Amino acid sequence: MAQRGIREYDGKRILAQNWEEYFDDAFQYDFKSVLITPETDLDKVPEEHPWVKETPLVAKPDMLFGKRGKLGLIFFKKEKPGDVTWEDAKKWIKQKMSEEVEINGIKGHLTHFLVEPFVPHKPEEEYYVAITTDEDEDIIYMSAFGGIEVEENWDKVVEVKIPVTASDEEVKKIISQNVPKEIKDKEKYADFVFRLYKLFKDLHFTYLEINPLVMVGNRVYPLDFVGRVDDTAQFVAGRKWGELEFPAGFGRDLTPEEKYIKEMDEKSGASLKLTILNPEGRIWTLVAGGGASVVYADTVADLGAVKELANYGEYSGNPSRAETREYVKTVFDLMTRNRHPQGDKILIIGGAIANFTDVAKTFDGIIDAMKEYADKLKKVGIRIYVRRGGPNYQIGLKRIKEAAEELGIPIEVYGPETHMTEIVRKALDENKVVA
Amino acid sequence: MSKPEYLLFDRNTKAIFWNLNRNAIQRMLDYDYVVGRDPSVVAIVAPTQSRKFDKFFYGTNEIMIPIYKSTTEAAKDFPEADVLLNFASFRTAYDVTMEALEIPTIRTIAITAEGIPERFARTMRIKAKELGKWIIGPATVGGIAPGAFRIANTGGTIENIVNSKLHRPGSVGLVTRSGGLFNELSNVIARNANGIAEGIAIGGDRYPGTDFLDHMLRYEKNPQVKFMVLLGEVGGTLELRVAEAIKEGKITKPVIAWCIGTISKFFGGEVQFGHAGAKAGAEAETADAKNAALREAGAYVPSSFNELPELIRGVYEELHAKGEIPEIKEPEVPPIPEDYAKALKEGKVRKPTNFICTISDDRGEEATYCGVPISEVVEKGYTIADVIGLLWFKQKFPQWASQFLDMVIKVVADHGPAVSGAHNTKVTARAGKDLMSSIVTGILTIGPRFGGAIDGAAKYFKMAKEKGMDPVEFVDYMKKVEKIPIPGIGHRIKSTKNPDKRVELLKNFAKENFPSTELLDYALEVEKVTTSKKENLILNVDGTIGVLLVDMFRALGYSDEQIDELINAGAFNAFFVLGRTIGFIGHYLDEKRLDMPLYRHPTDDILYDVKRPEGA
Repeated sequence: MAQRGIREYDGKRILAQNWEEYFDDAFQYDFKSVLITPETDLDKVPEEHPWVKETPLVAKPDMLFGKRGKLGLIFFKKEKPGDVTWEDAKKWIKQKMSEEVEINGIKGHLTHFLVEPFVPHKPEEEYYVAITTDEDEDIIYMSAFGGIEVEENWDKVVEVKIPVTASDEEVKKIISQNVPKEIKDKEKYADFVFRLYKLFKDLHFTYLEINPLVMVGNRVYPLDFVGRVDDTAQFVAGRKWGELEFPAGFGRDLTPEEKYIKEMDEKSGASLKLTILNPEGRIWTLVAGGGASVVYADTVADLGAVKELANYGEYSGNPSRAETREYVKTVFDLMTRNRHPQGDKILIIGGAIANFTDVAKTFDGIIDAMKEYADKLKKVGIRIYVRRGGPNYQIGLKRIKEAAEELGIPIEVYGPETHMTEIVRKALDENKVVA
Repeated sequence: MSKPEYLLFDRNTKAIFWNLNRNAIQRMLDYDYVVGRDPSVVAIVAPTQSRKFDKFFYGTNEIMIPIYKSTTEAAKDFPEADVLLNFASFRTAYDVTMEALEIPTIRTIAITAEGIPERFARTMRIKAKELGKWIIGPATVGGIAPGAFRIANTGGTIENIVNSKLHRPGSVGLVTRSGGLFNELSNVIARNANGIAEGIAIGGDRYPGTDFLDHMLRYEKNPQVKFMVLLGEVGGTLELRVAEAIKEGKITKPVIAWCIGTISKFFGGEVQFGHAGAKAGAEAETADAKNAALREAGAYVPSSFNELPELIRGVYEELHAKGEIPEIKEPEVPPIPEDYAKALKEGKVRKPTNFICTISDDRGEEATYCGVPISEVVEKGYTIADVIGLLWFKQKFPQWASQFLDMVIKVVADHGPAVSGAHNTKVTARAGKDLMSSIVTGILTIGPRFGGAIDGAAKYFKMAKEKGMDPVEFVDYMKKVEKIPIPGIGHRIKSTKNPDKRVELLKNFAKENFPSTELLDYALEVEKVTTSKKENLILNVDGTIGVLLVDMFRALGYSDEQIDELINAGAFNAFFVLGRTIGFIGHYLDEKRLDMPLYRHPTDDILYDVKRPEGA
């Protein structure tokens, strides 16, 4: 993976935890945020965060999706702004957690909420700042018109490009020369943006947006925070991130099987990926390689069977026999839960010609799983189509063919002399998947 | 030596390999051998390796490749190497690349690591472009210039290389993202055209060091390349740059292009298909949009991946018919000697072994002591004596034997600082020597006069019993024939009236627990004879242990001959050596703790009787 969205809460927490290093005495940030999850004991919150009882509050879902204001999901007033108490917020959160909502066409439940002090301020105090990355430069967006107005005032947003290799001095200069004219204390704003950019860079953010950014004297209130970080930088920035969770998008909670494979992937030097597209589907795939797996999925769709495509996934980087076995067992478990009304299920064991993955070894892992699931596979009805090349492929193909035949599972086996995706066409034709 | 700008690799290209990845390096040398060029890897960089070189095969011969601590050092000795194969992990690959970019003699760097942070990847990319250098990757298998140079594992096995015609140049320039599909496409191109002239897999990351267009512009200039194949992917806009270049006339040779990931439109960007870079952020980044743009620009674009082979064949045949692509004379391919390990695995070769081991095995998941995994030894509460049973005698001792041996080791562990072995250990330790040197001086003192009585007692008492000598006869025999005191008889202080408590314990234990104490009983009869002459001629600790070991092994089913073999091999003495080593180590540590100075023996403790020889 690479760029991952983080929660607003984590974004602000990271700011606060690194405040001293990046903003020291120049700016002050009074970090008061609490993340409420279904596991949170709401009655204990005031003990740990006494301020929730001392100040009016704002509550909002913290689940990576935006436009919360427009969705009516920012709770900051009952009758007038700033009259929300802890009891009100608690009630509102409980209420929202219990009902199903639809966001951008996806139905699901709200599980994570952010509660913060309500900060009264005037619209003209709302600034905007965002930083993003492009190929050769980073781009900083600055504007004096923050809040929900930023989009209607997009023509007033100043966009500056910072070359990736620019020195601190150069960055400082570029920023201060480009501060929007409408900003009152330009020097202060430029200084803040410069420091924020430094943190952005050091902590391997790939996107960061504070909107609105309220600045009162030296006090900074990042009222909303959207961030993405490059998760491959864990080894560089992990200490500064602290405990950082990468939540799946709203409504894209991982199934237990997907989660299991993800955890295995994280622990392994090899790559193991699984996404369930349609658990009722007829076509299941076990494909080696990040590129090849996409080609197989494309081909299923090209041949008109995308509705029957049950999963997308791949294994690569020379996984061990045991890793392969566990991966395949997870797929077998899913595909043997029920029969398909149209007939036998189809299993595509595909792959390109491997560079260095030992085909015989990974196939041994597949065979292990096949033996364990033989009865279930036969009960639900399955036909296997194999195509693979690479180190020891002849041995691998021979073994898997013999094993399947011994177990009484129909199998067809092909090597590099057959075009990679030819087995998809064969499988769909022979089983009349597409009418 | 000098090659045209548009070539990154030719038959003289020399590379420095960062990381001692033996398999990948050997694969490169196998390739070199097959295509009939000199070894392409001239140096290895491995900062944590203590070795100065490693050996590799080039055909049937072995060659040495030097190992360096840094790329800079390696490049200084091999200025002709203009390629760095950066096989460092994702943690170090960035630093390695940045160092190499500063080295003037290095022009091309291939990076395999996956998971290099984007900011690092972008920095490397920009730096390389500024310096006019070439980065291939990160996250790639690399690429190949058939007949000239192979990056690491590209192309897979030699068998596949030959099948996919990667051992001699063809006419197609290939660019892909993925390494697996690179191989696949090489194969497709070999089957449907005449193979590739050069191929690069730019890697699956969002920010590759060089992209499709960079390499296609090289192919455009390379007269060997007659047409190009581009395999792109959903996500990013790199393929659109190629479309643009075709439109602008920067690329005039025919281009066959396909972007994979057409599936993503069915899942609305929710599902991550394939590589890190493979997620469409905007409509223009979808596979469909890019395929359409390439088609519109004038590239040959099939309607699906399945139709790619036919399209390649069509373009090839057309150019071939026009006479633009010449016939290629297939070169002879020398057979690559099979690796011994692989041939052995496949049951094709055999060789006699030089060593045999019957007591332990370290080849499986876990090392075993005589078949028992070490974890089981711990879990099932084996004692030290039980481990001795497995490793010295290849058997699981019954509890009585194991308890007895445990007593033996405890009893012999030490006998004070004055005995010669312990004394030597102490003197050596005080001379400032290390643990090993100090305790071996103690161990080397063990012999016929110090600690050797266990062996001797076992040997003589056993012999006497076997020959049916009665005790009096035996005592007489030792005096008159062997002319030595009976080993295991006699003590400095202890006597019949003042028995040795250790002996009592051993005897009582044996009486209670041994199935038989035949030789002990005999020795006690002998003791009666000797003590009748002198009170302190008792069966001492060494004697007791010696005869009881014989009784023990007999009860364990050993024959007289087998027991003799054990004694002759020093197995009885071994209990003393093992036990007493505990004491020696104690004395050594004691000396270190006390930090006593060098010991010099006082001259008044030595009788000097030195005379000058006559005539000297």
